[in-house]
Amino acid sequence: MTEKFRHIGKATPRKDAREIVTGKAQYIDDLHPPKMLYGKSLKSPYPHAIIKNIDTTKAEAYPGVRAVLTHKNVPTWRAGTPPHRRLLDGKVRFVGDGVALVAADTPEIAEEATELITVEYEQLPAVYDVEEALKSGAPQLYDEFPGNLFPRGAPEFGHKALQEIVLGNVEEGFQEADFIAEGTYAYENLPNPLPPEPPGVIAQWEGPNQLTIWISSQSASMNRLVSQPFMGLADVRAISTQCGGSYGTKNGNLIQIGWAAALARATARPVKIYLTKEEHMATYTLRLGSRMQGKIGIKKDGTVTAVSARWLVNAGAASETAQGMVAVGCGEAQLALRCKNWNFQPHVVCTNRNPSGVVRGFGGQELKSALMPLVTIALEKAALDPLEFYKKNFIKPGDGYFWRDGNWHVCRAADYTKAMVQGAEAFGWQEKWKGWGRATTVAGAKRTGVGVSVHGNADVGEDPSEAYVRLNPDGTAVVSICASESGMGQRSSLCKMVAEVLDLPLDKVNMTPPDTLVNPFDFGLVGSRGTYALGTAVINAAEDAKKKLFALAAPAMNLKPEELATKDGLLFDPYNPERKPIPWRRVLGIMQTCQGEGRFETDFTLPNFMTVFAEVEVDTETGKADLKRIVTASDCGRIIDPLVLEGQLHGSLGAAGTDTALFEETIIDERNGRIMNCNMIDYKWRTYPDLPEFITVILETPMPSHRFGAIGIGEISTAPGPAAVLMAIYNAIGTRIMDYPATPDKILKALGKKGGTR
Amino acid sequence: MAAGDVAKTRSHSRIAAKTDKAAIVLTVNGERYEFEIGRRTDAVDPAQTLAQTLRENLRLTGTKISCDHGACSACTVIMDGKPILSCMTLTVECDGKSITTIEGLEDRQTGHLHPLQQAVINNSAFQCGFCTPGKIMTAKALLDRNPDPTEGEIKEALAGNFCRCISHYGVIRSVKEAAGKRSETHD
Repeated sequence: MTEKFRHIGKATPRKDAREIVTGKAQYIDDLHPPKMLYGKSLKSPYPHAIIKNIDTTKAEAYPGVRAVLTHKNVPTWRAGTPPHRRLLDGKVRFVGDGVALVAADTPEIAEEATELITVEYEQLPAVYDVEEALKSGAPQLYDEFPGNLFPRGAPEFGHKALQEIVLGNVEEGFQEADFIAEGTYAYENLPNPLPPEPPGVIAQWEGPNQLTIWISSQSASMNRLVSQPFMGLADVRAISTQCGGSYGTKNGNLIQIGWAAALARATARPVKIYLTKEEHMATYTLRLGSRMQGKIGIKKDGTVTAVSARWLVNAGAASETAQGMVAVGCGEAQLALRCKNWNFQPHVVCTNRNPSGVVRGFGGQELKSALMPLVTIALEKAALDPLEFYKKNFIKPGDGYFWRDGNWHVCRAADYTKAMVQGAEAFGWQEKWKGWGRATTVAGAKRTGVGVSVHGNADVGEDPSEAYVRLNPDGTAVVSICASESGMGQRSSLCKMVAEVLDLPLDKVNMTPPDTLVNPFDFGLVGSRGTYALGTAVINAAEDAKKKLFALAAPAMNLKPEELATKDGLLFDPYNPERKPIPWRRVLGIMQTCQGEGRFETDFTLPNFMTVFAEVEVDTETGKADLKRIVTASDCGRIIDPLVLEGQLHGSLGAAGTDTALFEETIIDERNGRIMNCNMIDYKWRTYPDLPEFITVILETPMPSHRFGAIGIGEISTAPGPAAVLMAIYNAIGTRIMDYPATPDKILKALGKKGGTR
Repeated sequence: MAAGDVAKTRSHSRIAAKTDKAAIVLTVNGERYEFEIGRRTDAVDPAQTLAQTLRENLRLTGTKISCDHGACSACTVIMDGKPILSCMTLTVECDGKSITTIEGLEDRQTGHLHPLQQAVINNSAFQCGFCTPGKIMTAKALLDRNPDPTEGEIKEALAGNFCRCISHYGVIRSVKEAAGKRSETHD
């Protein structure tokens, strides 16, 4: 570290810290606009059925009820890719699908009124398995999607959006291979990231086509962006409340937004939709299911000669953006495996399970958790150390790849080999790795094994961001950028960057609320883009403001603008320390501010990186696998705040992350389509006594990103975990588990012991 | 709060309970509140949970409801010295009780935060922050009964506190830091 910074790289309290620890931070359920009503939905008890009749008269007459909506009188808005999911439809496609909506004076009245609605259903056969859904004669979910196949393409990523990987000649590639592995791996446990705060939104119409939403959101700007085409180009003002966790899941949320907006229109009052925990777990969007039937060819030295795969993606009863997730997943496959010959074919399938939606890992975690174990079969045949293989095959500067936009990009990021080496040293990989299917230690019935996997994503610079920075005469600055706070600390980190550029104390820099009315365009805090994309926008805006201030000050100080400097709200001549500094207000007066503008343009050339080393202990008597130790290693260019970054890395365990390899899953009873564990006792989550030893290794090789050379890595921290843990379990017990999670029943079954209820 | 205040409120509530079953008294963060029992807008419904009363009647929204079925501890408050799940406690059962919520930890005279709150800030021991009040209340109850807990005791005390961002490691550091500080200061 040669450059000295005043704020960057230092642990500083988050700007909202005091509000958080005193309980004053305002989350969605803490807001009570006057005259607000509460919306509730009646849900389908069947996985697949046609609504023959629906009678709402009793519900409408129930005291305190203000509106009842069904598929007959709800707006015809459609969500999803391509738009297909109606707010309410005459056909229900999963248990929990919306049947009717009620707005009432209290949530209890609304709930009671839903029970007064009588519905006559004609039940239809249902299908849950991707391959079953593709068979002829399978129940068909949508008339417009024959064969239960969603059309390819992700229009949100442009007309050329990546749909597959076809490159070189796989036949020739397999002929060059010394070893070929084939198999099927499945990552289909449909985990719920389960933020502690359920999804919620309040909608209020300000005019016939002007809507305000207050929303628990990861990205208010994204909510506006996707809501507008959804709701007939309404002028949507989106305001984020403090957000009690998202992990990707609160970026879209269009159905709840639409329900609240439809009820608000019907009642001409603000309406809140706030899911209960059970509603959240039983009816909200879940992660994609991923099943990969693949073939990998490698040479003795670990060169990958060909990859071919049929990737079956279970998008459930609706696709929020499964095709977009497939596009990013396909890009990420190429970052982890340098290979000239690909034939990689995704199929996005609809089934009668919960709709799929955005989740941290965005296609890549689903893909990697199936693809990387497949790769390890080839590595075992070649007797190669996986760490050496990843060092050789993870993308290097100068390598190219197709990204989500369908275009070819060339990597400008750091060589991540060093991060892998340092992570391996911290983990003790060399000592612990004993070869494929071989335990690190054996003590009675307990066997430990180690695993490693890698992930990278070139979305850190996806899509544009805009920012303004306003300098006030009192020596304070205000950053205008539409940044929500769902846990990543980005509102504070962006203020830090501005404080660094302007050389101001941190408490002199503040940010406008996350409100699309007052802020310029931003794509949202997604894909780890906050540090690079939003960072560039605020840095550029701060530089621009400073430049304008210097231009104003130069004549008064008898200097050229470029000869000036500023610190702590004072202007000075850095070459003449004896000259007295003057405060900004001497230049601006008290009735003028100075505003700079900054913009970031899309850049897909800086893939980020994460590797996870895992040590797992398996009890061969009980079949229970415990994660004992985990090392995550990366290079982020420059650390903005070490504690905030560490938090993002620790977050790799929960929220549908690494723990999906061990116990996190949503279990559907295929006899009736119902989720059997939609409560927090039956849905398993990691507790304090079960914490593994957790080590983070972060390198700082400045990247060609912005002034501070940083890129984001938060989003991807979960993605390499499941494959690393599955590898560790294989090495511990010497038998492969081919699907997730590796629960005790599956492990006992794999060991040839009694057990296994599935 | 002086111990005498609690005693006074309690004796008052006992009388109130004997003479008028239609009302209850709660002491929340040292302030006394009397509630009518019933279905009127400002009254406490017999089916109402303590979490709802705190949040809706008193607008003390720092207490969070997450699972609403006793599985995640986000709603933890301290009642007569013990951490309880306010989503699993009916308000009508709390007549005469003294309750501390996250809003009651700050020193109102000086504006100083409780050492645990300060330690959580120092360690950035939160991400989304939704489960933070519940964790701080659980940890406070632990430190009140065990001023110098081992790491194992800290983990055991917080075992029921769901946190999805995995801020656990920072929270453990914070509890240790606060335990160290408390022995030097007050509470």
